[in-house]
Amino acid sequence: MAYDKFNILRSSAVPLSIENVDTDQIIPARFLKATERVGFGDDLFRDWRYNPDNSPKAEFILNNPLYSGKILVGGKNFGSGSSREHAAWAIYDYGFRCVVSSFFADIFKGNCLNIGVLPVQISPDFADKIFRAIETDPKTELEVNLPNQTITLLSTGEHESFDISSYKKSNMMNGFDDIDYLVNIKPEIQEFASNLPI
Amino acid sequence: MSNTLFDKVWDSHVVRKIEGGPDVLFIDRHMVHEVTSPVAFLGLKNRGLKVLYPERTFATADHNTPTINQHLPVADPLSANQLKALESNSKEHGISYWGLGHQKNGIVHVVGPEYGITQPGATIVCGDSHTSTHGAFGAIAFGIGTSEVEMVLTTQCIMQPKPMKMRININGKLGKGVTPKDVALYIISKLSTSGATGYFVEYAGEVFENMSMEGRMTVCNLSIEMGARGGMIAPDETTINYVKDREFSPKGEAWDKALAYYKTLKTDVDAVFDKEYTFDGSTIEPMITYGTNPGMGMGISNAIPKVEEVEGGVASFAKSLNYMGFREGEAMMGKKVDYVFIGSCTNGRIEDFRAFASIVKGRKKADHVTAWLVPGSHIVEKQIRDEGLLDILKEAGFTLRQPGCSACLAMNDDKIPAGKYAVSTSNRNFEGRQGPGSRTMLASPLVAAAAAVTGFVTDPRTLIQ
Ligand code: SF4
Repeated sequence: MAYDKFNILRSSAVPLSIENVDTDQIIPARFLKATERVGFGDDLFRDWRYNPDNSPKAEFILNNPLYSGKILVGGKNFGSGSSREHAAWAIYDYGFRCVVSSFFADIFKGNCLNIGVLPVQISPDFADKIFRAIETDPKTELEVNLPNQTITLLSTGEHESFDISSYKKSNMMNGFDDIDYLVNIKPEIQEFASNLPI
Repeated sequence: MSNTLFDKVWDSHVVRKIEGGPDVLFIDRHMVHEVTSPVAFLGLKNRGLKVLYPERTFATADHNTPTINQHLPVADPLSANQLKALESNSKEHGISYWGLGHQKNGIVHVVGPEYGITQPGATIVCGDSHTSTHGAFGAIAFGIGTSEVEMVLTTQCIMQPKPMKMRININGKLGKGVTPKDVALYIISKLSTSGATGYFVEYAGEVFENMSMEGRMTVCNLSIEMGARGGMIAPDETTINYVKDREFSPKGEAWDKALAYYKTLKTDVDAVFDKEYTFDGSTIEPMITYGTNPGMGMGISNAIPKVEEVEGGVASFAKSLNYMGFREGEAMMGKKVDYVFIGSCTNGRIEDFRAFASIVKGRKKADHVTAWLVPGSHIVEKQIRDEGLLDILKEAGFTLRQPGCSACLAMNDDKIPAGKYAVSTSNRNFEGRQGPGSRTMLASPLVAAAAAVTGFVTDPRTLIQ
């Protein structure tokens, strides 16, 4: 599915400094029953965000009006667990375009890249700095520069570079996905398939 | 050049290497289920694309299906809608479809091996992270997202950077009451839930060589819980005996050819891994988890660790114990259990029910325990009957439900109520995984059985004659 191109994102951020945030928390299984990709943002972090009677839990960060922005800063090992792409959809649909963490689970990271959410992996030290900066001033802005592969804490100018393959980078910058690429090399794939050993 | 088992299978499936990018990997077999496929089929439709090799994809309904009264229409309209979508998408694209009520219906990672869809040396994917199960056969098998499901449907390929390689060696003899599940929970407790992120694991050593295919599937299934993309075990006689003559296994001349290939599937003696761990199997105890991720496991006779003994986030550890209603330093043994769940693609196979029955035989279910016994497939269900296990279970006060994922992810009605404690043979103890507010303790079928008959966390070794 097409998504918005990603270039330079400058935004305040929402801090979620919990470790091992798994995809069952990002979107619980009972909300996976749709046959279309719409409305998943409403159920992002459902059980942390709402009480059983659907009233918002005031203490949860997404319900705190002080924090907002297009960047979610998560704790270590973000996105572990289930392969549900719905987790990445929910994050995108809610309005985040970038997730920052000192460590990502594999499948989640791949899913994000496939649907237009940029996962930015940074050092634990820098993650701590960002958490502290946002705590001190919720309006603190980050700049995520995909062409240069850097992330900057604008209040202090501190920055770090992050990794992304040149292939995925150009996809993200152009709003392409892997299907576009694969469909174009179909003849090569068919040739390969006809020569499989067994 | 010396290669690992993983290298051999991966490299032989690379259609193209992209400079500064992932490999284009050809997928031999693809399994789909009702939850992660509808949007992929919708994507095909929107782009006007077709399924390239329908004979390489197999569909079964398992995630949201009821486990009682499967002959009746599915009551939940959203679930019914997803099931209908799977059926019509499969029909439209000419894909084998094993829906509810079909003799071959069951949990995707249970029926795949049972019907020989899973073969050594194959690449296998499914939109479910426990696809790693199939690695037990020496296949490269891993979970994918819905965008990738769409890729496989339309091009039979996905794009993946090649993971790093890890080997986990376990030698020695497993003690009494120690099952493959305990081995896996032990490894995860040592490596943590992110310890193998970025790696593909090979399990090697005596302990795995001596394991049945069912046991190997349990171990490979849980690879994802330490962050690994997948895990695999080199095929041997045990593997070949299991695979031979299954419905979708190669036959005749094709089998001979396949067999010759299977025999090449092992790691060369001097091949190098990026990381290697070695453990002593004889030190492993029956395990149980006390927290809200599968890495928070311990030997059943131990005490819950103290904050200062755990690495990393103190706040996350405290949050986790608080959710469970446990305190650091407490014993797990003797904790009251409300629910027992045996089933899932981790422990829903015949061996698991044999283990469960071996403990409950001649005993009675504890009155305050609700037990859900859910076979992984109709074949497992039939074996339970044929082997006389059903009589043992009934005698002890248990009933058997119908196949499906059930309380593993609680998408159907099988939800553990808020605040209740479940000993579960499934794979995830995340907050709310088994129902909003549910509290899960992961364990083996033996530990589950011991809890079911005593009503408390109990060391199964004390109940084994
Ligand atoms: S039993 Fe659980 S882990 Fe296995 S396929 Fe079903 S939902 Fe996934």
